[in-house]
Amino acid sequence: MAGNAGRHRIRECHAMRTAISGLDVRSPASLGEALAILRDDQRTPIAGATDLYVALNFGTLEPRRFLDIWSVNELRDISMKGTTLVIGALATYTSLIRSALVARQVPMLVEASRQVGGPQIQNRGTLGGNVANASPAGDSLPVLAAVDAVVVLRSADDERRIPITKFYTGYRATVMRPNELIVAIEIPPVEGKQWFRKVGTRAAQAISKIVVAGVRARVPRIAFGSVAPTVVRVPETERSLAAGADIDEAALILSREIVPIDDLRSTAEYRMRVATNLLRRFWIETG
Amino acid sequence: MKFVLNGASTDVKAHPMARLLDVLREECGLTGTKEGCGEGECGACTVLINGEPVCSCLIPVVQVESADVLTIEGLGGDHPLQHLFMNEVGAQCGICTPGMIMAAISLGPAPTLDDVKTALAGNLCRCTGYSAIYRAVLKWREMPDATASASAMR
Amino acid sequence: MPAVGNSVARKDGIGKATGSAQYADDLTFPGMIHGRTIRSTIPRGRVKSIRFDFDTAGFTIVDYRDIIGRNSVDLIEKDQPFLVEREVRHMAEPILLIAHEDRERLNAAKVVIEYEEEKPLFDPEQSTEAFKKIDIMKGDPVSALAAADLVVEGTYTTGHQEHVYIEPNGVIAIPEEVDGRKGVAIFGSVQCPFYVIKALRCLFGAHPPIRVIQTETGGGFGGKEEYPSMIAGHAALLALKSGRPVKIIYDRAEDMVATTKRHPSIVRHRTGVMRDGRIVAMDIDVLMDGGAYVTLSPVVLSRGCIHAAGPYRCDNVNIRGRTVFTNTPPNGAFRGFGAPQTEFAVEVHMERIAEALGMDSVALRRMNALRSGDTTATGQTLRDDTSALMVLDEAVRRTDFLRKREQYKGTNRALGLSLFYHGAGFTGSGEFHLKSRARLELTPTGVRIATGSTEIGQGTRTTHAQIVSDALGIPYEDVEVAQPDTARVADSGPTVASRTCMVVGKILEKCAYEMKERLNGLSPADYHARHGAFVVEQMYEPPDWIKWDDTAYRGDAYATYGWGCDIAEIEVDPDTFEVRPLKLTAVQEFGRPIHPALAQGQIEGGTAQGLGYALLERVVMPKGAMANSQLTNYTIPTTLDMPELDVVMLENPYPGGPFGAKGLGELPMDGPAPAVVNALRYMGLDVRDIPATPELIASCTATK
Repeated sequence: MAGNAGRHRIRECHAMRTAISGLDVRSPASLGEALAILRDDQRTPIAGATDLYVALNFGTLEPRRFLDIWSVNELRDISMKGTTLVIGALATYTSLIRSALVARQVPMLVEASRQVGGPQIQNRGTLGGNVANASPAGDSLPVLAAVDAVVVLRSADDERRIPITKFYTGYRATVMRPNELIVAIEIPPVEGKQWFRKVGTRAAQAISKIVVAGVRARVPRIAFGSVAPTVVRVPETERSLAAGADIDEAALILSREIVPIDDLRSTAEYRMRVATNLLRRFWIETG
Repeated sequence: MKFVLNGASTDVKAHPMARLLDVLREECGLTGTKEGCGEGECGACTVLINGEPVCSCLIPVVQVESADVLTIEGLGGDHPLQHLFMNEVGAQCGICTPGMIMAAISLGPAPTLDDVKTALAGNLCRCTGYSAIYRAVLKWREMPDATASASAMR
Repeated sequence: MPAVGNSVARKDGIGKATGSAQYADDLTFPGMIHGRTIRSTIPRGRVKSIRFDFDTAGFTIVDYRDIIGRNSVDLIEKDQPFLVEREVRHMAEPILLIAHEDRERLNAAKVVIEYEEEKPLFDPEQSTEAFKKIDIMKGDPVSALAAADLVVEGTYTTGHQEHVYIEPNGVIAIPEEVDGRKGVAIFGSVQCPFYVIKALRCLFGAHPPIRVIQTETGGGFGGKEEYPSMIAGHAALLALKSGRPVKIIYDRAEDMVATTKRHPSIVRHRTGVMRDGRIVAMDIDVLMDGGAYVTLSPVVLSRGCIHAAGPYRCDNVNIRGRTVFTNTPPNGAFRGFGAPQTEFAVEVHMERIAEALGMDSVALRRMNALRSGDTTATGQTLRDDTSALMVLDEAVRRTDFLRKREQYKGTNRALGLSLFYHGAGFTGSGEFHLKSRARLELTPTGVRIATGSTEIGQGTRTTHAQIVSDALGIPYEDVEVAQPDTARVADSGPTVASRTCMVVGKILEKCAYEMKERLNGLSPADYHARHGAFVVEQMYEPPDWIKWDDTAYRGDAYATYGWGCDIAEIEVDPDTFEVRPLKLTAVQEFGRPIHPALAQGQIEGGTAQGLGYALLERVVMPKGAMANSQLTNYTIPTTLDMPELDVVMLENPYPGGPFGAKGLGELPMDGPAPAVVNALRYMGLDVRDIPATPELIASCTATK
């Protein structure tokens, strides 16, 4: 250790749980009420709250003002609008699992929902929450991306419809405005076999290391989670397969389209290898 | 804030963003619901809200306004499933047991082993390896309806 | 009907299932305040200054200067301070304690510490400071290696493992006045109340009245063997300074980062074998990472080294072990205590030896397995209670291992096997030095067991009551078990080392026989009515044939051993390299079960922990502190991760144990990891490290 003079560090002790008394919440009973509040007041919407207290425990919770929309029951409906499946933002994973409409139109969303956490999380976690939370590992997001779902946003004065493939702008960043709520996810009819695979850290209660959803049609649609800062479609891979490339060529293209990283749960090398394996598996099983 | 707790109307003063877990354990004095992780991973804090198992460590108490909350204490203390957990050694150290029972209690009448595993996939146990828990739950469900349904709260 | 051997109603009552059982955090006391530990945020250096960035009104603040006795946790050495004075040796090392009535103010308090940081040492192979070295020598391994037909070498590693008792560490310290003297009572989640007494006596110096009461404990697995002395000392310091009861409950993240874990290991084997499969020489090097302070590392190393040659006979053995310092939170006791590490290594190595010889690995094991009359690496001659072949043969037969293993060749499924053993009770003269005692009290309605042995889910209350009931010849219902309160029970030694049923149960058996003589045919109630109460207390007498040399590490290491053979059936996903365990058959011999259902529970639970150790549980420690300190990211098995478990309990009574029972708690931990890894090997995956994560397995296939 010769010549290694100690370096001075000034460090704050480890942060602890954020104080509850410093938080403010309003709980509207209707969508209109909720949007009226958001028009004038910057609040973070919460529903299933499955991520909220995790941040609170670590003292990393930044927002202090919340809009609890759990009671806005009009956002729970799952229905058909013609051939489009309309899923209310507050539909829980449990309601998706039980829905005959979802099973018919987008069965891979049922599969994905079954693999979220465990029953307790499925009973509270919502599809809108998964979309708004914008985690690159969100389990439903590759499914929604592969079927070109549309996110319906409402503010007090406006409604916007944004394709999910344009919804994310970067790591945990979306195009949502502070006065908006996700009210529904719309899923157009899906032609072609659906395929879903989540690779988690264990068989249940697992964060995904890599998630894939695919639709096999003349032009396949394939989406990945946990291999980029956001959920991603892989258009070059899709185009090459549509143009008749063999799966090995497509796998090579895929390896250039995704940018997995090393993190607490897995490695870039593993994710890349498994992504290409799963692409092949998708192709074989839907062929 | 008013809700129904174990069948009785209750009014709590807690901050609306207080965790339901803390409100139950502290303001309501019901320490049967346990904290194992505070992040919704271990399920030791499981209670039923309107008949559905949830992690009370993740629920802001404002969200149970007017809801029906059932905790382990609400089973009465003499429920056949509770006896089976002890007799079949589904409980060793017991810390996961209240949450485990609350997750199991809403299982349908004729669950398969896979149904039981899926229903309990959100509850971690470090002592038993789960096999004895399955034995306790499946034995409960094999019981004649008269005994089982008397305590099957919805 | 006798109590022993039957799955009688448990003495725990129904409280665990109704929520009425009282764990540490369920208790409150009048005037209670909450404590918090301010910990270092560097792994190595010196504290230069401390600044409080909060309004300290209403706070109790304790630092090392408040310690009136000795600022060290009295364990094997006295090197670990309760609170840092200047030198920081690991991340999350406790520096200060603060307490307040209001938990929000407590948690919001900001303490700013100026450090002079130094370069930390994280790699145990680079460490030059050994806490303990062990050298076990038998025969002449150097010559025997030279004369062997073949020498097979290999290095095997295991990582940290975190206990994940579902109840985190927690204690409440209550100031008490006893005979006009200021003292303290500690209520807490502890395995060894008398260890805490010893540690607090050292901390407070002049023997203030201290008592420790074990609350219902939500899992221990060794993680609450020695660690509670630290948290209890902290709570006691705050309680005595504030004059108020102080509760300290760790949240999960703090518990995972700051408390003890299983020692990581690197084990190197060089084995000399003859063409016919006889093992003629074993040269083994064991390195264990002890972390920043000694804690129990010497004993973990000891047990690990003694078991390092596996359940095999060999005339020429040298086992060299070192446990070394690194700037990481100290590692400590965890079920198995060194043996899971070294038995993983030897069992995987056996498989490689079989490969090198072109010999079937079951045949290799059968040829070399220890039998009655053989001597172990320490020169212990094994007696009749030796069951290596019995468990091996039963496991192989029951699973149709040989045929099925061949059938699976070329598929993505495989079978793997491990043969293992585990010494019960303390090593060598350990039980002799402990001088454990047990007490039996006559009551108006029956008897009361008063020992320091703790119920931590393994069935202490119940098995002890069964033993007393049958030895005394009274109904099981008439036996009660006192809550361990050090002021009121005998010091029966720690609840560790698979000794609680076998050793303490034996002392209780002795007490019961003595009491039976005194009762002279009367029932306890009758006797009590006529003559009043009396108490019987006895001390443990280890078998008189035990001879152990602590300097040479030779002799009878353990009074008896449990034996096990695990067979793992697994499937590997060809795309994701995930391992799905399908079935695990655990054949285990531990004398005989006192309570079959509780015993089965020990095997099933230990097997689950072993599977987690093998496949799922990885402590990520990039900068000297556990980075994945949440249950989301440190993954123990869920229901969906567990395979079908087939448990077979074979009997081979140990005459020195109560009703023939041997220790059981840790044995099941030694088998699953090598069984799983040996299955992977049979699929062509050369895995030598655990956890065998999909990432590791993927890298094993990349070169194929």
